[in-house]
Amino acid sequence: MASTTAQQGGPAPGRPAAGTPGGAPSGGPSARVSAALWRRAWLRATLTLSPPLAWFLVIYLASLVVMLVTAFWTVNPFTNTLVHSWTLANFRQLFTSTYLTIIGRTIGMAALVTVTDAVLAFPFGYYMARVASHRGRQLLFTAVLLPLWASYIARVYAWIVILQKGGTLSWFFTKIGLGAVNIGYTNTAMWLVFSYIWLPFMIVPVYGALERIPDSLLEASGDLGARNWRTVRSVLLPLALPGVVAGSIFTFSLTLGDFITPLLVGGANSNFIGNVIYTNLGTAGNLPFAAALAVVPIVIMVFYLLGARALGAFESV
Amino acid sequence: MSRWTRGGALLAAASAAVLIAGCGSSGGPASSSSGGGGATAGLTPPQAGTAVPSSVGKTEGHLNLIAWEGYAQPQWVKPFQQATGCQVSTKYAGSSSEMVSLMANGGGGQYDLVSASGDADLRLIYGGDVKPININLIPSWKQFHPFLQSPPFNTIGGKHYGVSYEFGPNVLLYSKKTFPTAPTTWGVLYDKKYSGQITVPDNPIQIADAALYLSRTKPSLGITDPYELTQPQFTAAVNLLKQEHPLIKKYWALASQEISLFQSGTTVVGAAWPYQTNTLVAAGAKVADTIPSQGATGWADTWMLATKAPDPNCAYKWMQWVTTPKIQAQQAVYFGETPANQLACPIMNTIQKGSCAAYHANAPESYFQTIKFWKTPLAQCGNGKNDCVPFQQWVTAWTQIVG
Repeated sequence: MASTTAQQGGPAPGRPAAGTPGGAPSGGPSARVSAALWRRAWLRATLTLSPPLAWFLVIYLASLVVMLVTAFWTVNPFTNTLVHSWTLANFRQLFTSTYLTIIGRTIGMAALVTVTDAVLAFPFGYYMARVASHRGRQLLFTAVLLPLWASYIARVYAWIVILQKGGTLSWFFTKIGLGAVNIGYTNTAMWLVFSYIWLPFMIVPVYGALERIPDSLLEASGDLGARNWRTVRSVLLPLALPGVVAGSIFTFSLTLGDFITPLLVGGANSNFIGNVIYTNLGTAGNLPFAAALAVVPIVIMVFYLLGARALGAFESV
Repeated sequence: MSRWTRGGALLAAASAAVLIAGCGSSGGPASSSSGGGGATAGLTPPQAGTAVPSSVGKTEGHLNLIAWEGYAQPQWVKPFQQATGCQVSTKYAGSSSEMVSLMANGGGGQYDLVSASGDADLRLIYGGDVKPININLIPSWKQFHPFLQSPPFNTIGGKHYGVSYEFGPNVLLYSKKTFPTAPTTWGVLYDKKYSGQITVPDNPIQIADAALYLSRTKPSLGITDPYELTQPQFTAAVNLLKQEHPLIKKYWALASQEISLFQSGTTVVGAAWPYQTNTLVAAGAKVADTIPSQGATGWADTWMLATKAPDPNCAYKWMQWVTTPKIQAQQAVYFGETPANQLACPIMNTIQKGSCAAYHANAPESYFQTIKFWKTPLAQCGNGKNDCVPFQQWVTAWTQIVG
């Protein structure tokens, strides 16, 4: 900020030749600062970038480091105060069957939701990008983004009403003669709700990727004798893959970190990593173990993002 | 325990609480407070020797509370401020542990009072974070139900570490369609007959409910207090809950969840608070609640005075104020719980017809004797051997049961 202000305030730095040390013609301090900054690009960059960089380092990374350090401490079981003695016990506890089950369930659900959303988003994105009229595309875009206007909690509660016993879904199934269904408070319910809630985050990047594919490539594929399915498989899918992978980062990480949907629509076997973290923070006051658990999604996401980069998700989106 | 759930009335507020609690503060490491660690903590509270005032002095003009959401409502805070000149600031806590963390180091010289539940009381007392009060400065105390005048969870060695406030039992809620007559045993929660139609709270203290049931049905275990369990007793209770797990439809975290589970008929029997029963009955649902023959667990809250309370006189004024029959009644009806003051009953009925009986505020003493009130499970459990299972292991075991 400082540098921009100085530049605007001083004379236009149009003649570098005049800039002998100490000899700036118009003489004012702001002009001198301006000139000095103009001559030293690295200083200008440093001044412009340091506030956001400091924010990133102090607020974002430092808090992560603090959390990581906490994970190696324990808590006095009686007074709930932190005991600053180094131990790996928290991490060792992670590798017991209880927590491995929960971690496995969380990853499994995140993967399932991602696949579901990708399968739903691909034809939808294709229609939006390549078939629909301009007006139709606008309408569809609005329809996709419309749910994001409502609060997350409201949408999850809407699904409870739909899925619970005697709810809308059950009523509909009874009407069409399939009999009552009762999938409220199950992992199936959780899968449906997650897939619904994160779908827009998949559709938008997939649409973006599909829209950028030139028609000529598809025509060329046809001219070379490929049938429709072959064109989809060999041209469309590979070119849209970075978009799918980019979308999957959202759907996967959002599901991985969620704990409200399991709390609200999950059943008796629906604890996620986030729920256990919440219990350890809120009920047990065991910050160190919660911190150790919180490292798990971070590690998973690091590997996921490395994989995504290998698939080219960050190149063209 | 997760008490924000007990309010239940405001879904949005509750959801916000989930989010906020999720990123709750670490409470500051501070210096590990006096009192020492679990198993080695002495049996004498560190503040036991602190002198108590003989009268309430000049008020300080302000008061800082740590309270459950709904415990500092304008309808009784505003008149208090006018009457005493003490400006009330309230910090709402999401759980008992958050309260303990906030109260670390005697309230840090910042907080005066905390509305702690029984499961936090002993941690605060033995942590030296709260100090004894002169109970005679709170005249309404004499009007309390006898069992709440000097209960073991806030009175130790004849010293009162606060004044009891409100309480409630954890009841057995059932559908009248499934049970034409009230079930007489908690055993229905462990009965395969109701598989997939049972709901219990998602709360580690639920282990005490299983222990209470076992204390009557398996006397050979020798359980006398559901919060003081030796390893074999604890294991038996946890195993019972593990057997129950496949029968559970949902471990509820919000009172509203249980209400909707019963309203839709998804579940037919479960552990609940009177609040759920009353809300369901008011909505026309065919349900009722009961305390089975084994008795019940329950919660009881206490206003406790911080060791480093900066405004002790305002704090005493507050304890006097909120124990009067009128405020006791307002609080009970607002929150859906039972007042400690017996004279609150008729006032409850003027606020909401029939609420006194609905919340058992006029029940005979024998009714209250069936309730085993929450207290912190500690390693040292009265047998002098320090071989009981402390609370942290309860939490770990609960994750295993639910996970």
